[in-house]
Amino acid sequence: MANNVAPIEHMTYMDGMEAVSSDILERTLLAAGAYDPSRYTSADVRRALSARECSSEDFAALLSPAAVPFLEEMAQKARRETRSRFGNSVSVFTPLYIANYCENECVYCGFKRGNAIRRSRLDAEEIEREMKSIAASGLEEVLILTGESGGMSSVAYIGEACGIARKYFRVVGLEIYPVNSADYAYLHRCGADFVTIFQETYDTERYRVLHPGGRKRIFPYRFYSQERALVGGMRGVGFAALLGLADFRKDAFATGIHARLIQKKYPHAEISFSCPRLRPIINNEKIRPKDVGEAELTQVIAAYRLFAPFANITISSRENARFRDHAVNIAATKISAGVDVGIGGHSGRTSGDEQFEIEDGRSVDEIYNMLISQGLQPVMSEYLYV
Amino acid sequence: MGGVRKDAQDSLLIGKHTFTSRFILGSGKYSLKLIKAAVENAGAQMITLALRRANRGGRENILDYIPEGVTLLPNTSGARTADEAIKIARLARTLGCGDFVKIEVIRDTKYLLPDNYETLKATDVLAKEGFIVMPYMYPDLNVARDLVNAGAACVMPLAAPIGSNRGIQAREFIRILVDEIDLPIIVDAGIGRPSQACEVMEMGVAAVMANTAIATAGDVAAMAEAFKKAIEAGRAAYLSGLGRVLEDAAAASSPLTGFLQEVRDGE
Repeated sequence: MANNVAPIEHMTYMDGMEAVSSDILERTLLAAGAYDPSRYTSADVRRALSARECSSEDFAALLSPAAVPFLEEMAQKARRETRSRFGNSVSVFTPLYIANYCENECVYCGFKRGNAIRRSRLDAEEIEREMKSIAASGLEEVLILTGESGGMSSVAYIGEACGIARKYFRVVGLEIYPVNSADYAYLHRCGADFVTIFQETYDTERYRVLHPGGRKRIFPYRFYSQERALVGGMRGVGFAALLGLADFRKDAFATGIHARLIQKKYPHAEISFSCPRLRPIINNEKIRPKDVGEAELTQVIAAYRLFAPFANITISSRENARFRDHAVNIAATKISAGVDVGIGGHSGRTSGDEQFEIEDGRSVDEIYNMLISQGLQPVMSEYLYV
Repeated sequence: MGGVRKDAQDSLLIGKHTFTSRFILGSGKYSLKLIKAAVENAGAQMITLALRRANRGGRENILDYIPEGVTLLPNTSGARTADEAIKIARLARTLGCGDFVKIEVIRDTKYLLPDNYETLKATDVLAKEGFIVMPYMYPDLNVARDLVNAGAACVMPLAAPIGSNRGIQAREFIRILVDEIDLPIIVDAGIGRPSQACEVMEMGVAAVMANTAIATAGDVAAMAEAFKKAIEAGRAAYLSGLGRVLEDAAAASSPLTGFLQEVRDGE
């Protein structure tokens, strides 16, 4: 529970931040702290690959360096699990950035306060124009994103965007700054059903260094976002570590444990994983994933699938087309299309800069045809808002 | 067991509707363009439709792929409560999907086990509204009886967790439902092979619904046909009356009632 965590500044709630009654943070950090990837052997990996139910120990083995020689077997088994659970369906969606103002100072992020980029915030009319343009491409799911600024992108503003989105889309997700459960409940009433929060890293010391200012500095408040969102009535929640910020194996392990504990506590919750790696940002080309290559990312994605066969896995346009085309054949069940991470770009009126560089700018048609050509079934809507 | 009474065509009666096919086909998890061939090869007269997948026509619409003359069975997948299932069922009817509805209420995203309590509540409401309610349930005799009383048109127990292809894990409980419930028992989930579909039909279930086993097969249309044949074979075997199976290979060498003969001989 947050109250039991050592009272370091970045581990202490600010005024107005809701504390939920939960021990999931303690349990996740305990498990992650005890995880030593170098301890696992090929025998552990073989056992994990032959297990009917993948335990947390099996998951740890699958993420370890010992599993690297077994990558093909992992991918094959992950594919079988994916097909068994999801068939050949792959959901298609697009992110819509409506504002890029940010009050945080995350070292690795293009939106951070103080980075000299063009800032912008779409008004209701502009949001509607963007959404109309996206809907015309045939998409029925949209993910609304903002920079993390409660001042410039208030909950009421985001709620208004959700209301507009409900007119054009059947599934509305949010990737915004963490809020209290009452605010999540409000946003749910406005039409949103899914909330994704990237924890970035579960290494609390690394987190402290990388997040020097703003509300995002508070690790436990961010950590408990998914619980607050579910308490607020959201259907599903997404999890991610930004791979490359710290030891990616430990971060992936912690992400899986975090998600699994949430699913156990809230068994009705739809769970999803995103698998982002660091990308270069405006004014800093050196931000790169370093030790997380495509093979390592494939290992993480396959391990997520085997540990959580029930979870959606999203493959980001941060990755190139070739990699994404293969990822949907292994474990990914959601893919973005027609992506523009600037502000206003969907209707051809970009007014704000992007958060990071994308690698796969294919249109909805191109992604759709790619899936069909692989024998996969693109799915535009997987949920009803009820 | 003797033969089972049936009409000339051995029809399956659900509500007031009769079907000659006893195979309900799922439409999820595989390519839309394969649906027509799967329906035809399966000889299916009823196909499920996840309303959440039926789009508004912007791109491919699953409804465009379902052959005419096949009865739509909209399901409430995605519902986590009775209220949500009721809303989805009403929406399906508004969209012109007919009066059939398969109730699925699931609030467990890992194993996808149905919530019998919420399913019963939804059945009660929707049956009163004139829906032909086909509830998917965990095989529990008491709940099955309650579903009958609530107005269900059939009872659809799982054989194993949905999508698992693990076969007839709930065999004994399905057998009890077949014995005790007068409505059609339609096995709905977990059947992974045609042979398992055949076996449940031999047990006397009225029909089989399958999706994952077909959707994940190498050849969807061919597997649909294999299921059709298996279901027909199982039904024929059930109607014929299965032969006796000897429990032991041979009679005991020292008969337990031999003493009776000895007494008679001594008299």
